Amino acid sequence: MTGNETASAGQDEPADSDARTALEQNPQGQQLLSRLLHVDFRAGARDSIGILLGLIPFALVFGIAADGAGLSILQTVAMSAGIFAGTAQLVMVELMATNAGLAIIVLTGLVINLRMLMYSASIAPHFTEYGKRTRAYLAYFLTDHVYAVSIGEYANESRDRDKRLYYLGLGVSIWLVWVITTVIGYVLGAGIPASLNLQFAIPLVFLAILVPAIDAYPQLVAALTSALVAIAAALAVSQTGLPEGADLLIAAGVGIGAGVAAEEVMGR
Amino acid sequence: MNGYSMLSIWAVIVAIAVATYLIRLSFIHLFGRVNQVPTRVKRFLKFVPAAVLAALVAPQLVTPSAAVTEMVLDERLLAGAVAAGVAWWRGDILLTIISGMVALWTFQFLLF
Repeated sequence: MTGNETASAGQDEPADSDARTALEQNPQGQQLLSRLLHVDFRAGARDSIGILLGLIPFALVFGIAADGAGLSILQTVAMSAGIFAGTAQLVMVELMATNAGLAIIVLTGLVINLRMLMYSASIAPHFTEYGKRTRAYLAYFLTDHVYAVSIGEYANESRDRDKRLYYLGLGVSIWLVWVITTVIGYVLGAGIPASLNLQFAIPLVFLAILVPAIDAYPQLVAALTSALVAIAAALAVSQTGLPEGADLLIAAGVGIGAGVAAEEVMGR
Repeated sequence: MNGYSMLSIWAVIVAIAVATYLIRLSFIHLFGRVNQVPTRVKRFLKFVPAAVLAALVAPQLVTPSAAVTEMVLDERLLAGAVAAGVAWWRGDILLTIISGMVALWTFQFLLF
């Protein structure tokens, strides 16, 4: 990362926050402030709202489950802050609650998170312009949601976003709320009434990004194939010994193959 | 309460945290080093968003069942269809969520 790059970020952004007076005394604080106030950082933070609606109940459930499994509050926070992957975290504490073997827990967590290899590969072309250290911290925030919303936004070239700041606006907001809500769930043990089904907001966000992404027949073939395989594979996970998380890997893999094949057949 | 030692729980958490980070970093690091993504790889990457998103969404909307009516009259599937329609029509994330949630609550009320 270069100094020029940071200095230019959000220079023209008017700021009226009180925090500004305190921060503008030193150049580093000024730099951080101008990034936080940057229009693209704020756009990312704003676009996290829909995700948060679905993630808050999820984080509460995780906090409650971690308490139930006998984890300390520090361990619970370490999971949310360090692993930062809801499904893996929840499955891990469920396994701990049943006293599963440690190797099984680690292996399951790994299989569930392997899907992020696909996210990493898919988003990497958007980050090649950044330095090694920037890429290193950007990678830390790569969840399902941050990936999906960012890739949807990057596809819309007319918006001309600062890719890094938009991504960070999303990632930092989601990370903060995820960690804080986990603690609330752990301490208060209170959830949002399950009958509201707020967690349904998450597949809705994915749907909202998926639909405009289908702009050609091969994309449609990839999506439909993947959807059908995913439904069958989810059934296989619940009824056979197929490890949790493997269903998504299989479905997406077959879907991507089908998309490439369809493009080949149609002669592009 | 659980039967693990404090240390082994910490070891599991740290192991998964580090492994997860390395998975996330993998290609972001690699493609940054070579500075461009091979064209052959791009042909596959192009389908990642559609395939992954479909695989994330579909099992949340459909529960396989022998009774077809039961499968189709699932409030989640119907709400998903409404939301997909709104997404196609307006392409707005927040509007899609709101219409999908309202549809879900409505169908839950009507079907049960």
